Amino acid sequence: MLLTVDHVTLYRYSQPVRGVVQSHRLTPSEFDGQRTRSWQVTVSDGLMGGQFRDGAGDLVQAWTVQGPVSEIAVSVRGTVETTDLAGILRGHKERVPPQCYLESTPVTLADLALSDLSDGANATGGGLDAAHRLATLVADTIAYTPGSTQSATTAAEALAIGKGVCQDQAHALLAMARRAGIPARYVSGYLHASQDGSLHEAAHAWAELWLHDLGWVGFDPANRCCPDDRYIRLGSGLDALDAAPIKGIARGRGAESMDVQLAVQQNEQ
Amino acid sequence: MTTYFNEMYENGAVRGPYGQLDDWMRNMPAELRQMKQAEAEALFRRIGITFAVYGEGGDPDRLIPFDMFPRVFSALEWGKLDRGVKQRARALNAFLADVYGRGEIVRAGRIPANLVYRNDAFEKEVVGILPPKGVYSHIVGVDLVRTGPDEFFVLEDNCRTPSGVSYMLENREIMMRMFPALFRENRIEPVDTYPDLLRRTLASVAPPKCNGEPVIVILTPGHFNSAYYEHSFLADLMGVELVEGQDLFVEGEFVYMRTTEGPRRVDVIYRRIDDDFIDPLCFRPDSMLGVPGLMDVYRSGGVAICSAPGAGVADDKAVYTFVPEMIRFYLGEEPILNNVPTWQCAKPDDCKYVLENLKELVVKEVHGSGGYGMLVGPKCTKAEIEAFALRIKAKPHNYIAQPTLALSTTPTFVDQGIAPRHVDLRPYCLVGERVELVPGGLTRVALTEGSLVVNSSQGGGVKDTWVLAG
Repeated sequence: MLLTVDHVTLYRYSQPVRGVVQSHRLTPSEFDGQRTRSWQVTVSDGLMGGQFRDGAGDLVQAWTVQGPVSEIAVSVRGTVETTDLAGILRGHKERVPPQCYLESTPVTLADLALSDLSDGANATGGGLDAAHRLATLVADTIAYTPGSTQSATTAAEALAIGKGVCQDQAHALLAMARRAGIPARYVSGYLHASQDGSLHEAAHAWAELWLHDLGWVGFDPANRCCPDDRYIRLGSGLDALDAAPIKGIARGRGAESMDVQLAVQQNEQ
Repeated sequence: MTTYFNEMYENGAVRGPYGQLDDWMRNMPAELRQMKQAEAEALFRRIGITFAVYGEGGDPDRLIPFDMFPRVFSALEWGKLDRGVKQRARALNAFLADVYGRGEIVRAGRIPANLVYRNDAFEKEVVGILPPKGVYSHIVGVDLVRTGPDEFFVLEDNCRTPSGVSYMLENREIMMRMFPALFRENRIEPVDTYPDLLRRTLASVAPPKCNGEPVIVILTPGHFNSAYYEHSFLADLMGVELVEGQDLFVEGEFVYMRTTEGPRRVDVIYRRIDDDFIDPLCFRPDSMLGVPGLMDVYRSGGVAICSAPGAGVADDKAVYTFVPEMIRFYLGEEPILNNVPTWQCAKPDDCKYVLENLKELVVKEVHGSGGYGMLVGPKCTKAEIEAFALRIKAKPHNYIAQPTLALSTTPTFVDQGIAPRHVDLRPYCLVGERVELVPGGLTRVALTEGSLVVNSSQGGGVKDTWVLAG
């Protein structure tokens, strides 16, 4: 599939800030399922900082903006050719050992309920079937409900109310997989929504589980599937914060508000 | 009854290195000694060196007792320590380069993967980043004890930001001021080259994007930190700026410090703050001490951070047991300095042995420091041992155990005159383009009679450490 992304994030500050530092993971991953045709990221009034590929294979680009400034626009535009690999992250170069992704973070801690749910799925050993069972369990127990949670909601909290968005579902899957001894990580990216509206959230997130015979495999509880050619993978981390496509800190007292415009469209071949 | 090696006397005779000190000691009247001791204390107070050693906490204004009786090594004895410490520092750095690179030692099955990759100190953000000259730990503090004429053991390694070197320098300074004759009569290797060697070491690891003479700074958490004195002392001696996080900022590809003449690019940061607080964008988002964006500059080669974030994975007490293996694996050499035999309570067999022999053992927390949370079996009551056994059973992986070592003693001034007291040693090895070791270090002394715990929080003091010229 040929997908074109048009993504603008607008940061507004109630008072001008003295400066902004950002760290971006906004470039499509390089693996057999994705080929980037063109890609450009710009930051209004931004000065490009250092660039490097990190141990997880993500391209990180730093930016700074010198103040005083009260509005910053981060624009992403580009086209990616995608192939359906049934969720398998084939041909992705990375060096971080899978064991590192067994570590829990505050939002992905398995409480008693998550632990019970994970133990009940009998997933220890980490086969493909076990991974699917865990993903299905998440989808069954945390109903996709926009607006039901906040960005700081933990996996345990989402399970307790039985509702959440893709972030919560991914966090819950990470908690349950790690509980079963399966390395798991949070993936951020884009999703091309189909015409009939069955898929949602163009700025999307899912989980990858490390399975012995397959390596990293994506699971998207929100859509009850493995990522295919409608997905564009950007980067990964231990949780949503760690994998955030844009991390930033502003120097100054102004309160920050954010506005996102995003379209992921299929091109005519 | 354990016998302890006395570094000054052997079979009733004075050992070679201490020859001159025997007369010095005998010819010093009690009044002079008291006067000198008071003078030393006044000097320490005046220069303000009152912080707790090795970040042990406690009262920051308390003076660490200084003992005027020097601890002495012959050139021959030091030669072995010098080679052994440098060997260790090289192996530890090779290990860090490996585990943040291809992980050969793990693949070869020489160290368990989980011990490395699931270690709290392992930073996945550093994987694949090769720092300048491949050095991760630029200042390695190796804690040593001695049990016999030729027997030295390494208790632990400190690869992050070992403190206490200001004591090494100040102890010498004060001894030279109070007893100039001693330094005329003995040929003692100087230690005051340390600041210059440290500056050269830091300059030698300037990042690829640095052009010209590297600008070096020391990054401190601030004046409330217990080692702030040392930070400002070293900055002074090296002639570099002492900065806090708020004095630095990232712009474009580089880090700058604010100065009265405008921003100045910084190439090398000798940081004395923990990994977690370096960069709120990368590690703890709530940190106010660090510099937002610093890690991205570091990882893209715009600045050097000493020690490298993640260096701590080489120095925890569980990884410690594998250092001899690292020396064989990376250097193809046999370890010059011995490790203390260590039982890992995480292993069921070891744990069983430890619980059955607590009375004879020293038990430590894997991530503990400063002599807190540790059990010295022979010094404990039955009730204390039983209470500690419960803690081990609850969290076995949290503990390691070692035999109680018969730490050597050196003569020490005490209220009653002069008496043997137990000592340890921390030399400071510098690793950059070259591996350097100043002949000397910090000797800590357990001032309480019979005590084997030299930590200042537990009644320890410090001594000047001499290495005699060959």
